[in-house]
Amino acid sequence: MPNVKVNVFRGDASGGQLKRYDVPTDPGMVVLDVVHRIQATQEPDLAVRWNCKAGKCGSCSAEINGLPKLMCMTRMDTFEEGEEITVTPVKTFPVIRDLVTDVSYNYEWAKTIPAFKPKPKEADGTRRMYQDDVERVQEFHKCIECFLCQDVCHVIRDHEEDKAGFAGPRYFVRLAALEMHPLDTNDRTELIRQKYGLGYCNITKCCTDVCPEHIHITDNAIIPLKERVVTSTYDPVGWALRRMRGKPATLAAGEPEPPSA
Amino acid sequence: MNDAVKRHEYDVVVIGAGGAGLRAAIEASAMGVRTALICKSLLGKAHTVMAEGGIAAALGNVWKEDNWKVHFRDTMRGGKLLNHWRMAQIHAQEAPDRVLELEEWGALFDRTKDGLILQRDFGGHRYARLAHVGDRTGLEMIRTLQDHAVHRGIDVFMETTMFRLLTEDGRVSGAIGYDRQKGELALFHAKAVVLATGGVGKAWKVTSNSWEYTGDGFAMALEAGAELIDMEMTQFHPTGMVWPTSVRGLLVTEGVRGDGGTLKNANGERFMFKYIPEFFKAETADNEAEADRWYEDKTNRRTPDLLPRDEVARAINAEVKAGRGSPHGGVFLDIASRRSAEYIKRRLPSMYHQFMQLAGVDITKEAMEIGPTLHYIMGGVRVDPDSTQSTVPGLFAAGEVAAGMHGANRLGGNSLSDLLVFGRRAGLYAAEYAKRLARMPLLDEQQVSRRSQEILAPLERRGGENPYALHAELTDTMQDLVGIIRTADELRQALTRIDSLRTRAARCAVASGRVYNPSWHLALDLRTMLLCSEAVTRSALLREESRGGHTRDDYPKPDPDWGKKNVVTRLRDGQVELRTASLPEAPSELRALLGEEKPSAKVAVPAGAE
Repeated sequence: MPNVKVNVFRGDASGGQLKRYDVPTDPGMVVLDVVHRIQATQEPDLAVRWNCKAGKCGSCSAEINGLPKLMCMTRMDTFEEGEEITVTPVKTFPVIRDLVTDVSYNYEWAKTIPAFKPKPKEADGTRRMYQDDVERVQEFHKCIECFLCQDVCHVIRDHEEDKAGFAGPRYFVRLAALEMHPLDTNDRTELIRQKYGLGYCNITKCCTDVCPEHIHITDNAIIPLKERVVTSTYDPVGWALRRMRGKPATLAAGEPEPPSA
Repeated sequence: MNDAVKRHEYDVVVIGAGGAGLRAAIEASAMGVRTALICKSLLGKAHTVMAEGGIAAALGNVWKEDNWKVHFRDTMRGGKLLNHWRMAQIHAQEAPDRVLELEEWGALFDRTKDGLILQRDFGGHRYARLAHVGDRTGLEMIRTLQDHAVHRGIDVFMETTMFRLLTEDGRVSGAIGYDRQKGELALFHAKAVVLATGGVGKAWKVTSNSWEYTGDGFAMALEAGAELIDMEMTQFHPTGMVWPTSVRGLLVTEGVRGDGGTLKNANGERFMFKYIPEFFKAETADNEAEADRWYEDKTNRRTPDLLPRDEVARAINAEVKAGRGSPHGGVFLDIASRRSAEYIKRRLPSMYHQFMQLAGVDITKEAMEIGPTLHYIMGGVRVDPDSTQSTVPGLFAAGEVAAGMHGANRLGGNSLSDLLVFGRRAGLYAAEYAKRLARMPLLDEQQVSRRSQEILAPLERRGGENPYALHAELTDTMQDLVGIIRTADELRQALTRIDSLRTRAARCAVASGRVYNPSWHLALDLRTMLLCSEAVTRSALLREESRGGHTRDDYPKPDPDWGKKNVVTRLRDGQVELRTASLPEAPSELRALLGEEKPSAKVAVPAGAE
């Protein structure tokens, strides 16, 4: 196998640059193998986050030639022979060192989501759910928290200032999993509308495109959540009363426009 | 040099955030004590996430004949009766409650037709017993525990590795290590510590384990004065990927065989029929026709493809050595000839994905190439079976780092249930211990300073050994000389090499910079891996018999005397010291459960099986 030319971002919070490496490769290698080979033979302190190396843990997210991907699942033979490969840290989160970023934004949002709260058990003391009913939510539970959907989402990728009011696709998937859980009794609709910023999403499906677990984030999580929010806040009687009393209807972010009279 | 250490104070500190650590932290926090959870990686990335097949628990949803006594029997026989009977009993009795508890916390297992938790067949289990979610059960389990822990408000310290325990007068007073993100030393002053650090697979070259598996807990426990037992008992999972090289060792779930996959050699022969040991003859099919009938009708004897892992790994090893292996040095695992593409993709989605994406193999059409991979350490910290406390007061251990539960060989599916059952107990008893202590243990500042210097030392050396190169030499040594089949001569050679590697590891020099420095981290991991490798190798040399995960070419049979002994490892003046101790004997009513048993003709048709 020929050597491959790889550009890897080296740097930290204060900045950095691409550095080019010439790396021998073997058949079947993935990008993470190449990064490890650089680490073992040329740059012992090259920082990279990884665990399972099998697409199951979601640790080794990066941007490969500008595309958000898992390094462990990107085979070297998917590139043209002689093609130069560039590996950079995910752009949406601050760099700690080299390919490692500070993803605490995600863990902070996770803390704010109201917990699962199951309804009482069946009379015989069991929990009965049927495969057809759980499959919809099992799709959401496939999420490996690689945060590639968060990385690619333009709401926060290009707007640091929006991070405080937008939980991002990963947490819309989590909220959808809870809201559609056959046993859950908590109602998070108002929070989804007001706090998690669902209204910012204009369903460009970038998140769905990069999901390594092929979760239909937009179609199966975000759009049904938007529909729930609309159903619960759409109140034509209240709107008509406000009109008759001459009070302007004030809209919260994400609230749908009332129907035109 | 700035050797400032960031200090934290808690009642209970849980080291490790896989299934056992998370479950322990949840329990300790529920007991109302100040609890910290220390995570070597990001939260939710620990090795539990990779578990595929399921959680073993005698729920009796598919076979109502199943109960804790059968599960206890299967576990003990699978462990070649070297298990601590009390741990196997507690585990079998409590596993169903722990699985149902996950459901209360939001987990969504696959269902039976009656809407209950579906259970699947696995090696060594008499009945279909594993609660599962396709082949990503570990992900469901860790995420459920993670979300539950987050909602409890437990303090989590991510990307922080503990390297040494601190003690006051022989009891635990805390732990010290390295916070990668901040690039600083972190000290946790605590009344009790729970070790939930997993195993040491990274000392072998072909392993299913991630970089985290460097034996931190074994080493910390030894160095704090605790005892380990049966470190020679190492599990080689029979089915790891063998090609391409970059994924060699990656796990292929036993669920493939549970769901109908069979092992074949290069001649297309189902070779497992040649390797049925006397111990399992009564319950194993000796011909293909009966084995094939077993999948649908449990009045037949089970297929030898689902013998316990140690038996299957040795058989594969023998076939490859005899020249009947696959092109890349494994054997074939074939599910495509029995099951439809739709069935395979539904039951084993991540296996389908993994082979398609990483090896270009479509498992719905062709056979997989697989071979043994170091997967699990049955040996570990010697604990009290009820409380999980080690021989050091205040030090508890649960999960893979603890020993006793699995004896000489662990059954598939018994790990996830072990994590839940003993994780909960560790959290509970650590919290009780902490509550009983009248005051915080005192920190010995000299100890703190000595440990800090030890952790920082590789950063100060220049021009020494490269930790990556040393690690490669260690994994070659353990792979070649302390593998599936062992001899006294090779084990002695291994000890010589480990000794020389230790001298060289003490001269490791690493790149500068404290923030997220992987070479510094590896230099520190080398110390723990080398100590564990020595413990494994010395124990393997001492046990002159073959049993479970320990096979001696020069002592090829089990020895009834050795079957009553644990090999105990401890440190004396920094040197590994071994002795044997008598295995506790089970009460007679439990011993009566352990005999051979042929399938009963009156077994019912499964209630909700597919």
